[in-house]
Amino acid sequence: MKTPDLVELAARNLRESVLRNSLTTLGIGVGVASLVAMLSLGVGLQQFATRRLERTGLFDTVIVSRRDFGGFAARGRAAAAADNNRALDEKARREISSLPGVLEAVPDLRMMTQMRFDDKPHRAMVAALPMSAHDREAFENIQGTFFSSSNAAEAIVQKRFAEELLGRAPSPGETSNPSAPAPALQPLLGKELVVYYAERVPAANLPNAKPGTPGSSPAPSPPSKASAAPAPANGPDAGADTLLSAFSVVPHTRSLRIVGIVEDDPDTLRGLGRARVFIPLDFAQGLQIMLPSDLRDSGGLADRAYTQVSVRVRTSRDVPGVEDSIRRMGFNVFSVLDASRNLQRFFTVLDTFLGIFGSLALAVASLGIINTLVMAILERRREIGILKALGASDTDVKKLFFAEAGAMGIVGGVLGVTLGWMIGKVINAGTNIYLHQQNLPSETFWSVPWWLVLGALGFSLAVSLVSGLYPAARAAQLDPVKALRYE
Amino acid sequence: MTATTLTESGTIRTKEICRHYTMGTSVIRAVDGISFSVQEGEFIALLGSSGSGKSSLLNLIAGLDRPTSGDVQVDGRSLAELSSEELARYRRHSVGIVFQAFNLVPSMTVAENVELPLRLAETERRERASRVREALDRVGLSQRLAHRPGELSGGEQQRVALARALVNSPRILLADEPTGNLDSHTGMEIMELIGDCNRRLGMTVLLVTHERALAERHAGRLLFLADGRLVGDQPIPPRPSESGEGQ
Repeated sequence: MKTPDLVELAARNLRESVLRNSLTTLGIGVGVASLVAMLSLGVGLQQFATRRLERTGLFDTVIVSRRDFGGFAARGRAAAAADNNRALDEKARREISSLPGVLEAVPDLRMMTQMRFDDKPHRAMVAALPMSAHDREAFENIQGTFFSSSNAAEAIVQKRFAEELLGRAPSPGETSNPSAPAPALQPLLGKELVVYYAERVPAANLPNAKPGTPGSSPAPSPPSKASAAPAPANGPDAGADTLLSAFSVVPHTRSLRIVGIVEDDPDTLRGLGRARVFIPLDFAQGLQIMLPSDLRDSGGLADRAYTQVSVRVRTSRDVPGVEDSIRRMGFNVFSVLDASRNLQRFFTVLDTFLGIFGSLALAVASLGIINTLVMAILERRREIGILKALGASDTDVKKLFFAEAGAMGIVGGVLGVTLGWMIGKVINAGTNIYLHQQNLPSETFWSVPWWLVLGALGFSLAVSLVSGLYPAARAAQLDPVKALRYE
Repeated sequence: MTATTLTESGTIRTKEICRHYTMGTSVIRAVDGISFSVQEGEFIALLGSSGSGKSSLLNLIAGLDRPTSGDVQVDGRSLAELSSEELARYRRHSVGIVFQAFNLVPSMTVAENVELPLRLAETERRERASRVREALDRVGLSQRLAHRPGELSGGEQQRVALARALVNSPRILLADEPTGNLDSHTGMEIMELIGDCNRRLGMTVLLVTHERALAERHAGRLLFLADGRLVGDQPIPPRPSESGEGQ
């Protein structure tokens, strides 16, 4: 029998016992809805977690350092022994920037320095931030504003440091409660913070010392001036370059306007080196801050070296490829992608469990299909006999029952996906109402991707066909003579 | 094997055919060693009392049942050698069957019932409508296409069943007490239609009946069965008034 005829006959048979078949189909629908609801919760939570983590800027960031930098991995130390210590200079940074999948490669400019606020001394790590950091989660609930431009003499301070500036820091040993209401830090905004820093001045410019960048002034104290020359560079021109790369360190001060206060730490990858004051990257580069790496790697002011470079990639999927490319360039790399992989593994396990629980309802529904079709065999025994007497083969009869089971599976699948999607919408809306009442922003915890829709339909069809196996085989084996005698 | 090779002529030969059933410890010999031959275009009536094995024999010839022993050959090909799928193809293309109980599908219309063998034979959809109408025209029911069997009289239902049996143009027509559920007048009409198929279309007809008068009126040969055995084979001389018909 041709497929259109098969489908037509199957549809006719299903219409004959419309109530029973509708209930069976509804059962499949509920089963599929349960599966879709469970899995879409798992998928939604995974997407939610990934979204939040990606906004921390951790999962799309690769930290690059020299091979002989002992900060991250023993591999780096081993490589150092191989005398493969390429300088992480401006040229290397530009090379990294041009790698496929890389959005930006930002030099790590940071210094532990002294500051003055309200004529009181403070000490903190200052770090430069690119303007792209604005999208990080840490700046979501910023008090005040982000930097007005990348060259602005502005600072954003971390909440704990802001409290310290205002004299409200917890005493040593006291732990602050992160969920406690933030003290009124608003008065700090717009105030000036004076930063002391060490500027690199080329030796050629001395003794007519470079006046520094506009707005800066030599520090009143300490007046000491140190001259330094890095280790001789490799190569035949090393001697000629020595003079060019020689520089002096001149202390300077600079006034910064505090424009923002952040509660969370935007510098989470740094561990103990975390900064508490942030300044715009271009502004920081203009200051020619003396970095620890300057004593070792400097190729002059035009091609200075960095301790580390933060590489931001397009998506977390680009991280492994970019890491490989940078390693081949001769640098150490570090990212928290492994943590991301563990997270993916966790959600895969969670999805599997949710899928199993969701499938239980579908398993029960499959019993309904078997029951319905076995009943249909009993009711249509004579009809099967007629079909066989007219020339229907065992295969034709089997296909007919398969088509009926498949039709129930497809209709139930469509019904279930729709129902599951609606359940998801309702629960998500309900959760957001609760979040709103708690003064928390709305979130999406529910996601029904296309693969889940198609997968659920396919699974529903497969379960229905498997359920139809026994009834179809039983119908096909009916003896036509006995079936025709059946009243 | 193709349908064409089986339907070349419509000759039937049974060889010591047996069909035994086991019920508990007893063996019921429904058909017990029957041998006979039917030539192409013959009209044979199988006569006998209830339980004589007429219907069982017909089921064996129809390929609905398989013999316990012996063989049925149609156009020289043994049905016992055919697979289940080949037997289905034989029933689809080579034989048409009419039952006492009509055996129409109650949920289908007259046209859909008649169309059913065409669907099974995978006939093109556009060809089906004309073949259905042609078959119903032959039995005089072309005006009842959209009616369901429940809306028809017994005679009309049997006409539909006959149209369904003829729609695939088989060479053999097997009729199992086709008048058993009909009044005598309607029964006569049905028998006329069956006789017509034999005379005009040259179909080989095997009619199971226990009405001897009806059999003598239409059949060319009577086979008598008792207790599963063939106990008589009586040719009927051609009726002078009908001898020239259909020639």
